[in-house]
This record gives sequence, structure tokens and C-alpha cells, in this order.
Amino acid sequence: MTNTILRALLSYWWRSPLQLFTFLMGLALATGLWSGVQAINSEARASYDAAAATLGEGQFDQLVPRVGDRIPQSVYVDLRRAGWLASPILDVTFKGVRFVGIDPLTTPTQMSSSSDSGFSLEDTDLIFGNAEVASVLEGFVEVTIDKSIPPGIAIADIGVVQRLFKRNDLSRLMVLPEQPIRRPDLVKIAPELVVQPSQQIADVAALTDSFHLNLTAFGFLSFAVGLFIVHSTIGLAFEQRRGMIRTLRSLGVPLSNLLSLIIVEMGLLVFVGAVLGILMGYTIAAMLLPDVAATVEGLYGARVSGTLSLRPEWWLSGIGLAFLGAGMALAVRIWQIMQMPLLSAVQPRAWAIASAKRIRGIAILGMILLGFSGLLALIGTGLGQAFALIGFLLIGSALVLPWLTIKLLDFAPGKGVITSWFWADTRQQMPGLSLALIALLLAVSANIGVSTMVSSFRVTFVSFLDQRLAPELFVRVEEEKTASALEKYLLERELEVLPLLTVERPVVGQPAKLYGVRVGRTYRESWQFLGADPDVWDQVSKGEAVIVNEQLARRNNLWVSDEVDIAPGLNIPIAAVVGDYGNPQGQVVMGELLFRKLYPNAVATSFGIRTTDTANLRKAIQADLEVPDSGIINQASIKSMSLEVFERTFAVTAALNILTLGVAGFAMLMSLLTLAGMRTPQLAPLWALGLTRTWLGVLELARALGLSIIVFICAVPLGLALAWALLNFVNVEAFGWQLPMFFFPADYAFLGGLAILATLIAAAWPAIQMVRKPPATLLKVFSNER
Amino acid sequence: MLLELKDITKSFSGVDGEVEVLRGVSLGLDAGETLALTGESGSGKSTILHISAGLEVPDGGSLHLEGVEINGLGEAERANLRRSEVGIVFQQFNLIPSLTVEANIGFQASLAGRRDKTFESELVEELGLSDQLKQYPESLSGGQQQRVAIARALAVRPKLLLADEPTGNLDESTASAVLTAMLDLVGRTGAALMVVTHSAALAEKMDRRVRLKGGVLL
Ligand SMILES: Nc1ncnc2c1ncn2[C@@H]1O[C@H](COP(=O)(O)OP(=O)(O)OP(=O)(O)O)[C@@H](O)[C@H]1O
Ligand SMILES: [Mg+2]
Repeated sequence: MTNTILRALLSYWWRSPLQLFTFLMGLALATGLWSGVQAINSEARASYDAAAATLGEGQFDQLVPRVGDRIPQSVYVDLRRAGWLASPILDVTFKGVRFVGIDPLTTPTQMSSSSDSGFSLEDTDLIFGNAEVASVLEGFVEVTIDKSIPPGIAIADIGVVQRLFKRNDLSRLMVLPEQPIRRPDLVKIAPELVVQPSQQIADVAALTDSFHLNLTAFGFLSFAVGLFIVHSTIGLAFEQRRGMIRTLRSLGVPLSNLLSLIIVEMGLLVFVGAVLGILMGYTIAAMLLPDVAATVEGLYGARVSGTLSLRPEWWLSGIGLAFLGAGMALAVRIWQIMQMPLLSAVQPRAWAIASAKRIRGIAILGMILLGFSGLLALIGTGLGQAFALIGFLLIGSALVLPWLTIKLLDFAPGKGVITSWFWADTRQQMPGLSLALIALLLAVSANIGVSTMVSSFRVTFVSFLDQRLAPELFVRVEEEKTASALEKYLLERELEVLPLLTVERPVVGQPAKLYGVRVGRTYRESWQFLGADPDVWDQVSKGEAVIVNEQLARRNNLWVSDEVDIAPGLNIPIAAVVGDYGNPQGQVVMGELLFRKLYPNAVATSFGIRTTDTANLRKAIQADLEVPDSGIINQASIKSMSLEVFERTFAVTAALNILTLGVAGFAMLMSLLTLAGMRTPQLAPLWALGLTRTWLGVLELARALGLSIIVFICAVPLGLALAWALLNFVNVEAFGWQLPMFFFPADYAFLGGLAILATLIAAAWPAIQMVRKPPATLLKVFSNER
Repeated sequence: MLLELKDITKSFSGVDGEVEVLRGVSLGLDAGETLALTGESGSGKSTILHISAGLEVPDGGSLHLEGVEINGLGEAERANLRRSEVGIVFQQFNLIPSLTVEANIGFQASLAGRRDKTFESELVEELGLSDQLKQYPESLSGGQQQRVAIARALAVRPKLLLADEPTGNLDESTASAVLTAMLDLVGRTGAALMVVTHSAALAEKMDRRVRLKGGVLL
């Protein structure tokens, strides 16, 4: 019996392969989008975790030099003799690979001999790295491939790295967690070193959180849209087999057998769809990952592996999503079958006829949620509340949409019999269509919101680059001697020279960069401030005040005329706050004189030069001062590099945008197909009364067009509200900066066009079905009660 | 007695309140016996048939099939009985659209676990369906679909055969061939047959005739 029933159930798919295709595609799309985004997220996180685990970054206190980045070996020996337990590390960057030399005997990280990771550095001269690193270094050194090593890093015994780069010093010392009770103060043994507490070492995972937040938001959006799709897909399959299920039961198939076989059947199909989705997600992620890796590296300097591995956390969660969504939809359908009388064909559309009352009730709930989000906008603080605001905004609008659409349809034009039938019929279909319309609304408004945010960011960022990169040429030199020679050389030619002095030091308890600048025409003319005293540059050049970047100010709740500590015991007022994008760290800018007084050892090794003749000056500096070509950078090339990082962020966002829109279009298709199947009995009389099938098909298209226009009209304000919330709340909380909002009407129009196109494509299928429907099918409506 | 209905009542809720369709119907049918059930449209003939098959639950009265009280049985047991003992030809045929004619004919028999291909081909021959075996129900005429439904019910070799206007869509000569096939099977297997019909000619061929009017049998 089982075989017979199963064969009958499966014969449906065999007879309607297109239905099978859409079923699997619906599931695959939902799973794919979700797992793709998860894959990217988990790959990046795995990279950071590997970095933290193998390198101990962020876990242990470290000793670093006050000035420069080198510690003589003798200092280390002194410290050990005095009782300090520390492990030496030498970092050298070569060809974009960071060589990390460690001492396997003393290191507190997982690379000690008792390590459970795959390799050990003890008694070996081997250099370890992942496959990418190995291929970069091919021809330079031989790298033993080990997958557990974080991307962009080569690890070896410290002696090996010292020999390789002809060095005899160290970069930093890792302080072991257990220290003798009595040990002398650091100042007494090694005054040139400072302790960098573990939390203060910028935790890459935390820094990049904001980026992942974006991705996760996309993930949830696709999850929601995915659930809609799975729900409608399964709904369609059941709607169309209602008659068969009834027949099976009347021929003597017990309900319990039928239900368990339906569950088995659906389980098999969902599994196949989910696996297809995982493959799709893998492809999406593999395509986007290089861009994501470049973005994260460009913005935050964190390395993410460019190749994707199949990690259980994302593919399992993808399959989980598919089964969760399917389980929910299936539960509803199974309950319906259990309620369904064996015989009567009464009202197959019962579920679609929800009363206007219910739609109104849901709309009221939606308005309450919108009220909450408005309230949060007024009084909320914190990232959690920013997200709650966005959540209420989106869900509230989604709930209001069906009711609003019905209301808007009242304004629809036309008085004729057919037109008024058409609009009345459209209103009547709202309950069946509302899920799809909501999916479309969410996708379009998320697109408008996110692209407004990213584009606003871009506009601001470009003007920011123009301010910050005013000098036409940047020269970087290695040695102090060359530096002073260069400065003299340039001054003799009466060029404006902008030396850049910098040290890293905690400010208000957080890692920050301090800059010393030579105040002159360039700074006065090009910098724009978010808030400033009238005579900022005068105060700064006299050393009476400093300028801080927005991140530092917002994070610590500081603004103009508040004070910051820029050296031990020295607090100084803020004269201005400057926007600083694409960098998570705090910055303090002070006059050159003050800086030299506070940090006399610091040397300017980087210079900005104002010139009208970059090409010749570049050649002259190379020839006269023997500065290598790689040390001189044109402003234009920095700009284009920065913009490229940005374009990559853009590419990722654009790709996700298109995907969500495609998924929403698919949700629309599923709903329209479901409705089309149920509507033959309603359309047949119209056909019999003289409307041609082509006409009926055209009317279906017109309906889809009208509805998508209404949805788009609702999506624009929602999207802008979303962008506003992202720019004013989420960005400030996550990145530390607030961006001005710009409008991009052309982009919105384009998006609207895409959304309408997607709907029309979705509506085309049922419309064509209608046009091609054999008159016999329509006639059957009259000969059969069913 | 194979089938026994006693004082069956049944109402449906319509637009304007409850409509009492059956008001105490009693009916007995022995193995091998044939019965014609007639009555006006909407009088409740299909309802009696559905109740006899255990598809519909009566509001009152008792119903015995082979001495077993059907009303007391659970869903699964009733399905079990229907599957193996009862063959039904529905007024709306109820064929499975995604299965071929051949698979439809053998469907209930294989559910019941007693598929007999030789018997099936005899039926196909007698009912004139040989050319349609590989087709799907949607491409069949009403009369052809009706014959497929009859073949499906007969292929189970049921003890009780219930047919709802089995010749309603057929011309005279086909109708008489179909009837012959049904009576032939009933004769061979000792099954009982209850036919709902408007055709006096068909009713004439049955052992007994009852007429449903005003919710009771005359
Ligand atoms: N599931 C149901 N829900 C509501 N009313 C029903 C239902 N089934 C049957 N009825 C009503 O019960 C009455 C009898 O229906 P039934 O189908 O038994 O008539 P019939 O005698 O078979 O008619 P016909 O000769 O036209 O087939 C009709 O008035 C019908 O409307
Ligand atoms: Mg009837």
C-alpha cells in the first residue's frame, strides 16, 4: 500500500515538472541566500579566530616599544633575568605576508609543543602557512602548508625569521599569564617598553563586527523572504493536490498513512531543495568572498581567507532553515487536511477568503509597531535599540501593507463592468497575495535603504578623500637622515611640505593614533569640521588645542571644548571634531611643535608635498635623494585605491540587492501560481460570458503591474526611513560616525523598474497559462462541481 | 445481510439553516443482490451511497456492513474496510489526474493488496478502454472517464459495489455493455450492487427498486 500511495503522490511531480522545478528552486533560493551570507560571515570569523588562537592576539598583554617597532635582543635578556616571564616575537611583513617568528619553548599560545593544532615548531626550521601564502612566497622560501594557519601569515621559529631577514632584534614580547609574585617594575628594567593590555590590542573581530552586522541583517532579510517562499511553495503543492488527496482517502487510504507519506515525500523534496540551496549559497559566497575579504582588509586591516571552506555552521543552518520553514508550512497544511471533510468540495479557497476585518486587525497591530519604532527613534540609545527600531519599522509596515493596498485600490480608475469587477476581484485576492506583496515591499525597501546608506557613505567618503589627500605627492623614507635631507631639499625649492609625525598611544583609555601636523595653507583651506571653534588652526598651531576624529569624540561623548589626554598627565581642549571615514580608530591631531615637545624621539618619515608638477618632482627626488620609486606615491593613486576598496563594498551590496529582489520576485511567482490554480472556476464564467482568454491573461498582467506600483510607492518612504535609521543610529553605534543623508532618485527609479520587471516576469507565467488554457479545462468547471 | 441501514438521518447546514436530507432511511442488501435507487435531483441519493461506503457519517441510525457497526469504527478501520470491501463509482469519477488510465484502474486493487492483471485486462476489454490505457484522465471524454472509474471499482472485486449514475454519460449501447459487465461481476463474485440511477431501463434490470422522496424510501 505504501508504494502505491507514494507513487500516486510522486506522480504529481512527474506530471508537472515545472511545478517540481519551482518547488525546488523556491527552497533552494531561500536556503542559498541565507547560507551564502552565513558562509561569508563564518569564513571571516574563522579567520579571526584562527588569528587569535594561533597568534594569541588580543589574549595576552604585550610589551611594545614606546617609539618605533624594534626591541633589542638584550632588553629581552634583561627582562628574563629580572624575573619577567615573556615570549619574544618578531614580525616582518614581506610581499604582503606577515612573517611571525615565535619562540616555541616559551610561547603561551597554542603553538607550544603541547599544541593540538596540526603542526609543531619545536626542533624544526620549517616555515608554515596556508596554501595561498605558500603560493605567494614561492621562489622566496619554501612554505609547509598547514590549513590551521590564519590567512596572510607565515609562522616559523624566531631564529628562522631572524636569519631570513638578517635581523637580530624583536618586535614585541608576549607577557605570559602567570608571573612570579615579586618582579621588578617594568620602568626599572626596560623604560623603553610599555605594556599594552590585552583588551587594548584592537580585537579584529570586534572591529569588523559592524561589517558583519550588515551581512547578518541581509541574512535575516533573506531568511524572512525565504520563509515566505517555502511557505507559498508548499502551499501551492497542497492546493493543487487537494483533489487527489481527497480521492485517495475516499478510496480507502487511512489518514495516518497518507499524512506520514506526505511528510516523507516533503522531507525528501525539502532535503533535495536544501542541498541545491547549499550549493547555490556556496557559489554565491565563493563569488563574493574575495570582495568581502578585500573590503574587510581595506577598511580594517583584518585578513580574511579568500577561499571558502564548507563549514558545518553555515550549511547546517541552511538545511535547518529549509526544514524549519517547510515544517511550519507543512504543519498548517496537515492541519487543514485533517480538518478537510472527505467528500465535500466546498470552498477550496476558504483560506484565501479572510475577512476584511482580519486584515484591518493586522493593520492596527502594524501601526502599533510603527508607533513603537517612532518612540524608539525619539528616546532610544544603543545598538540593540537601533535594531529594534528597524525591526519594528519593517514588521509594522509589512503588516499595514495589505490594508493600505486595499485602501489605495479604492482610488483605482474606471467605471465599466469589467473594470469594477477587476478591482473588486483584486481586492478579494489580497489575502492570498499579501505574503508576496510583503516580501516585495521588504526587498525593495531594504534595497532603497541600504543603497542610500552606502551611496551617502560614498559621497561623503569621496569629499573626505579630497580634504585629506590634498597634497599631490606623498613620500615615505626609511631613515632619519634621508628624512631631514628631504625636508631641506623641498624647502629650498619653496614647496609647501607637510611632514606627518605619528605615534600610537591610548587616549581616554582606548588605542588611538596621535598626529603632529605642520599647520599651513593646505590644512586651513581643505579641512572641513563637524564642529569647531572659529580659530581652530591658530589654536592648534600654538599647541593650545587639538583636533579629534568623530569616532573618538562620539565613543567618549566628547565634543568641542571638552578635554582629552594626549600624554601622561597632559589634558588639552578639543578645538574641532573632524569626520574620518573608513577607519575605526581614534585619532588626535596636534600642532607640530607640541608633538615634537611631547614625543621628541618620533621622526617624520612621511611627507605630503604640494606641487603643480608631480611627474618632474617625483623624478628629481628619486635622482637627487636616492629615494626608491616605491617610496613615492601620487595622490591620485591613493585615491583610486581607496575608492577601489569602496567599489568592492559596493559590489557586495549590489550583488546582495539583486539577489533579494530576485528572491522576492520568486515569492511573487509562487503566490500568483497558487492563486491562478484556484481561480479557474472564477474566471471560467467570465470567459463563457465573452471575455477572451488573451484578455483575461492581459488583465492578470495589469493586476500585477498595478500592485507592484502600489508596493513600490509604499517602499520608497519605508526605504528612506530605513536609511535614516541606519545612518543616524546603527552607523553611529557600530562605526562611530554619523553620515549626512543624500538622496538618489535615479537609483530608486531604477530599483522600482527592477521590482516591477520582476513582478511582471512572475505574473507572465500564470498569464500565459491562462491564455493557453484549453477551453476544455474552462468548460470542465461547468461539467464538474469540483 | 451484507449491508443494513436502519433509521439513518442526515442534515446539512445550508445557507438558510439546517436542511434535513435523510429522515429515517432503512435499507437492507444481501450478498449477490442488486438494487436500484431512484429519486429526484437533490433528494439525497448520493448521500445514502456515501453513508453506505462509510465516507459520510450519519447523524442518527445504525449502519452495518457484514454485521460490523460502521458508525462505531475509527477513521483507519473505516478506510481499511472501504479499501478492501467496497468499490465505489463516484458521480464525479474522482480519478487521479497524474496517473495513467492503467494505473488508475489498478489503483484501489493495489491499495488493497490484490492486484490481478488478467482480471484487469478482461475488464478493460469489456469496457472498451484498450486504446486509452496509456493516456491521462484529462484527455478522456466524460464517458470514458466514467468507464475508468467503473473498472477501478470492479478491479478490487469488492463485496459491495456502489455506483452513482454509472451510465449517466453513456449512449444506450455502451451503457448496456457497461451494465452487463457490472452484473456479470456481481454474478461471478456474489457481490451486492446498489446503483443510483435516473434510467428506468437500468432500474428494470435490478432485483429491487427503491425510490427516495422527502427523506424517506418509498
Ligand atoms: N457536503 C454538503 N454540504 C451541504 N449540503 C450538502 C452536502 N452534500 C449534499 N448536500 C445537500 O444534500 C442534498 C442531497 O444531496 P445529494 O448529492 O445526496 O443529492 P442527489 O440525490 O445525489 O442529487 P443528484 O441526482 O443531483 O446527484 C442536496 O440538497 C445537497 O445540496
Ligand atoms: Mg448525486
